[in-house]
Amino acid sequence: MVIGFWALAGLTVGAAAMIIVVRNLLHAVLFLILSFVGIAGVYITLSADFVAVVQVLVYAGAIAVLMIFAVMLTPLSARDNAENVLQLPALVLSGLVITGVTFVALETDWRLAGRGEFDSTAEAIGEALVSPFVLPFEIASVLLVAAMIGAIVLVRED
Amino acid sequence: MAEPVLLARVTLEQVLIVGGVLFAIGLYVALAKKNGVAVLMGIELMLNAVNLTLIAFSRFVESSRPLDGHVFVVFVITVAAAEAAVALALVVAVYRHRGSIDVDRLNLLRW
Amino acid sequence: MPILSPWYDFRDLGNAAARLADALRDIDAPEGVVYALVGLLGAVGVLLFVGLTTLVNIWVERRLIGRMQVRRGPNRLGPFGLLQPVADAIKLMQKEALTPRLADGLVFTLAPVVIFIPAILAFAVLPWGEKMVLADLNVGVLYLLALGSTNSLIVFMAGYASNNKYALLGAMRVIAMLISYEIPGVLSLLAVVAFTGTMSLSGIVDFQANYWSWLLFFQPLALVIFLLGSTVELNRSPADIAEAESEIIAGYHIEYSGMKWGLFYAVELVNSIAISAVIASLFLGGWWTFGLEEFVPGWLIFIGKIYACYFLLIWFRGTLPRFRVDQLMAFAWKFLLPMALVNILLVALEITVWEEFDLSAGAVLPVFAVVNFALAGALVAGWARVMAAQFERFPRRARLVPDIDVPLPAEGGGHAARAAV
Repeated sequence: MVIGFWALAGLTVGAAAMIIVVRNLLHAVLFLILSFVGIAGVYITLSADFVAVVQVLVYAGAIAVLMIFAVMLTPLSARDNAENVLQLPALVLSGLVITGVTFVALETDWRLAGRGEFDSTAEAIGEALVSPFVLPFEIASVLLVAAMIGAIVLVRED
Repeated sequence: MAEPVLLARVTLEQVLIVGGVLFAIGLYVALAKKNGVAVLMGIELMLNAVNLTLIAFSRFVESSRPLDGHVFVVFVITVAAAEAAVALALVVAVYRHRGSIDVDRLNLLRW
Repeated sequence: MPILSPWYDFRDLGNAAARLADALRDIDAPEGVVYALVGLLGAVGVLLFVGLTTLVNIWVERRLIGRMQVRRGPNRLGPFGLLQPVADAIKLMQKEALTPRLADGLVFTLAPVVIFIPAILAFAVLPWGEKMVLADLNVGVLYLLALGSTNSLIVFMAGYASNNKYALLGAMRVIAMLISYEIPGVLSLLAVVAFTGTMSLSGIVDFQANYWSWLLFFQPLALVIFLLGSTVELNRSPADIAEAESEIIAGYHIEYSGMKWGLFYAVELVNSIAISAVIASLFLGGWWTFGLEEFVPGWLIFIGKIYACYFLLIWFRGTLPRFRVDQLMAFAWKFLLPMALVNILLVALEITVWEEFDLSAGAVLPVFAVVNFALAGALVAGWARVMAAQFERFPRRARLVPDIDVPLPAEGGGHAARAAV
């Protein structure tokens, strides 16, 4: 379990780092897909089976395809994955974020539960989606309809 | 306070640090890349890092309804999908009008 | 857990596996090693099946397609052409696997390898027997759908890496087709999951065993939608615009030759068997067949059902002409999707009726079966009539011209023309 977690986490962070480094935009998209799949694996080591499968289905199956289509529909743009002028400030900011998160993670006194892993999360998530969280659920469906209509309207060639 | 040493089990701090590193990488990609689609890739990476920390909290932290983290993650994935669709439609629309999606050149609103 | 059958009861090979696990625990092996070894044994069995079935299917498909096209299939190599797959494999292995100079080297080589991963992973959740599931996931159905949705990415990888605009065009068309047909497939399986109350495939087979019937009788519309959607997802005829030899000359695998092309060909067969196995376990009862599995081993019956579904897929390929890509899209969005939505509405109503009034299964399930079948037939026929392009209905027997209601070209209107006749 521990080896699995560290291997998958290493894969994910390595793929994310390669997104920065690689010199071809489509290779960067492929590394992004690899990091999505790696995160799904990390979810499984944290006993979140339903969320892991949803992650592969939605992220690696749909959002990745969206990105590929966006790259393909913009043929005259630069595909060399270059950096813009904000390189150094972005680096500084990322470093600050890492130090901040590490400090908070290590210094806070988390109220750890003693329980082990979850059994099967799908049924419980389903019940939670229709009893306590039914309003966000319905609003999410309205949001998806709005996003669909918005995306179609934005790319219509009129 | 536990040190991030390789213990016999995975601790909350280790997962949070992995999430933090992913978030920082996503932040760098979102801020420092020239292509508009690369910026959106960074945003998706940041959302994934946040999902990872939510799942970690749901797994390790004491709570009366521990699976709320998972529900939250499902909603974040949904919103991320909707936002990716609209954002990429925007990128394609901008490309059609301006001919490029180089964020250095999309500076009409700059003072 | 006590073993209820002796280990040599090969009607369910899980008995032997459980006996092995117990023997390992007796010699104080750690739990991880027991789990890994039993899993490894199962994985070896599954991979053996996958390998053998690829070889067998090459022969089966070519002979059957030949018979359907009123010719014999391959019959030169060995009795009845049984050595044809071996010859195919040898030919592909000794062919030069060309890589175009400007092709994206690593992605070009990786694509046919990576496309095998979802195909083989799909076999992990199939229930071969009551205790013979390699990975009894609680989210088995969703797992299969997630694997299916990654296929589109790998097709794109293959098409893009070829550095060939026709390959890229073919890959884009195929991706559009694949993501369109995911939605009716997901919705039809949602109806199945809602009806049986569980997402794990062995749970669905247990549901069919408990209520002593196949899910085919309760969800015919879901079966039809899933079958048609899967035919397209597999890039098989009548939807093989990916490899339409006459149109786009092999689409996303134009530039592949030798064993790399062989891998694409093999993965199509493995995917067909995986989908046939999913249909067999979800709708046709898997290893359970009205009590026949007491005499014949359950996994043999399951393999028989897999080949029955595969025969159906070959039948589609041999009989139907190829769709145009816009016809395919229209079929998914305008025909399959509304029917899948109506099916879900129906299933939700039925489940509510079943739960709310606390009816017994014996009273309520036959009614559901009849209602579902009637509605499935009415929907398919009615919606097809509404959605189809208008075509002329020719008269079946000789009739006088004034009786035929054919719209004549108007010079002053059709009425004037018909009145003049």
